[in-house]
Amino acid sequence: MSAAPSPDERLTAAQLAAKYGLSVSGARPSLVEYVRQLWDRRHFILAFSRAKLTAQYSQAKLGQLWQVVTPLLNAAVYFFIFGVILEADRGMPQEVYIPFLVTGVFVFSFTQSSVLAGVRAISGNLGLVRALHFPRASLPVSFALQQLQQLLYSMIVLFAVTMAFGSFPDASWPLIVPALALQFLFNTGLALVMARAGSKTPDLAQLMPFVMRTWMYASGVMYSIPIMLADKPQWIANVLQWNPAAIYMDLMRFALIDGYGTENLPDHVWAAALGWSVLLVVGGFAYFWKAEERYGRG
Amino acid sequence: MAEYPGDGQIPTVIADELHIVYRVNGAKSGKGSATAALSRILKRGEERGVRKVHAVRGVSFVAYRGEAIGLIGSNGSGKSTLLRAIAGLLPAESGKVYTNGQPSLLGVNAALMNDLTGERNVILGGLAMGMSREEIKERYQQIVDFSGINEKGDFITLPMRTYSSGMAARLRFSIAAAKNHDVLMIDEALATGDANFRKRSEERIRELRKEAGTVFLVSHNNKSIRDTCNRVLWLERGELRMDGPTEEVLKEYEKFTGK
Repeated sequence: MSAAPSPDERLTAAQLAAKYGLSVSGARPSLVEYVRQLWDRRHFILAFSRAKLTAQYSQAKLGQLWQVVTPLLNAAVYFFIFGVILEADRGMPQEVYIPFLVTGVFVFSFTQSSVLAGVRAISGNLGLVRALHFPRASLPVSFALQQLQQLLYSMIVLFAVTMAFGSFPDASWPLIVPALALQFLFNTGLALVMARAGSKTPDLAQLMPFVMRTWMYASGVMYSIPIMLADKPQWIANVLQWNPAAIYMDLMRFALIDGYGTENLPDHVWAAALGWSVLLVVGGFAYFWKAEERYGRG
Repeated sequence: MAEYPGDGQIPTVIADELHIVYRVNGAKSGKGSATAALSRILKRGEERGVRKVHAVRGVSFVAYRGEAIGLIGSNGSGKSTLLRAIAGLLPAESGKVYTNGQPSLLGVNAALMNDLTGERNVILGGLAMGMSREEIKERYQQIVDFSGINEKGDFITLPMRTYSSGMAARLRFSIAAAKNHDVLMIDEALATGDANFRKRSEERIRELRKEAGTVFLVSHNNKSIRDTCNRVLWLERGELRMDGPTEEVLKEYEKFTGK
């Protein structure tokens, strides 16, 4: 036994910690501090997303060419099924329908893959979470960023298709940039929400593909909502058109395709696009941050 | 039984009645069939189909600046779990860990990707550990030279999956050891590779230890604990069985394991 008890020995653990300025390990920082930490890790977030993107096709013979070929094949399959076999164009002229379909597929799969990657962002990377310190939001944000880069490759295909069907770059093309930016924010928020939910309930990874497919068929990826639902009550079409996936698709179509004018868009479409993205990115970030200290529990 | 100095010492890590519980899905004893799983879901309970593993049970200790603390105990006694909890990487079920600065685990394996070149992995691993781009650029050559990857040709520009397991382990260690830490935690079996590399990595660990304020070392090798630690925590079944100067604890431990 030690001879004389030092003054420190009479303190409780918490008092001792306070006396020497120790802080609780793994405690959740304030929201402002958290944003700052995340910003400090921006290089890691970007490097991680690019690494994931590159690693995807690194064993293939064609290598990074698949970044462009995959979306091209995707578009071809959808065109064959919906354009040729099912004739879902419903009176839309061919030079509008094909770019309409391809834009829809690409824009929707941007959201779809962000959600699916988000669900696994924490639960699929527990090794990383349990080995290194970084704000956990880095992972879902990084995955959303990876999907954005993937989409940029798809845009090459999209531009080619659009121009092949007679819609050439014009004054409305620059609208692509704000439309994509808003959708990226929306996707990031959604990925953050899904990451927290998926870390608590890994089963969501099995469920989400079905949810996303339902969402896809309800959002008018391969048909025009106003035309298809012309004989149904107006409110159904309204609800479907105001859903974020339909809004981001419509904005992109409006920007790219000459024959797709404002008459196809719901009112206040930019306000809705902005509203959805702000709601999701702010709400999703706060929701994810609330559980920061609990990620990594087995 | 604690006889290490408490006076005038500055605590760097305080563990207070720490409990860690793992929750394992799909490991519930009983029938593993889908209908059994369904009936478990329908029978609403607090934790359905989840088995709990109580890995650390009420561990308390205070670590001071300048100490090198060894963690010993048989397999599955909770050493690595305790280490992760101190680092703040595993949330505690109850109890608290207070630390001075950010304790870090030596190891970066989880952030590296086999499909990327060694070069990109050095950068990715460095960023994952929280180094800045400038720091990495500064130390890049040092890391590559230390790993010895390029001794047999230009391997650093090849994907890591083409490396032999020894080469990959060397690169991983070199990346992990490139950063200095306040409170450093080392999990066993770090010094891998051939004899030459092992010597180099042991030296580097010693350097890191000198720079760090407090060091935790998990090891099954009593010799390396004797060589490096002045205090030992002995864990058994998640409980702290003994805490004291290295020789004293190791003597008891060796008696216990029958060596």
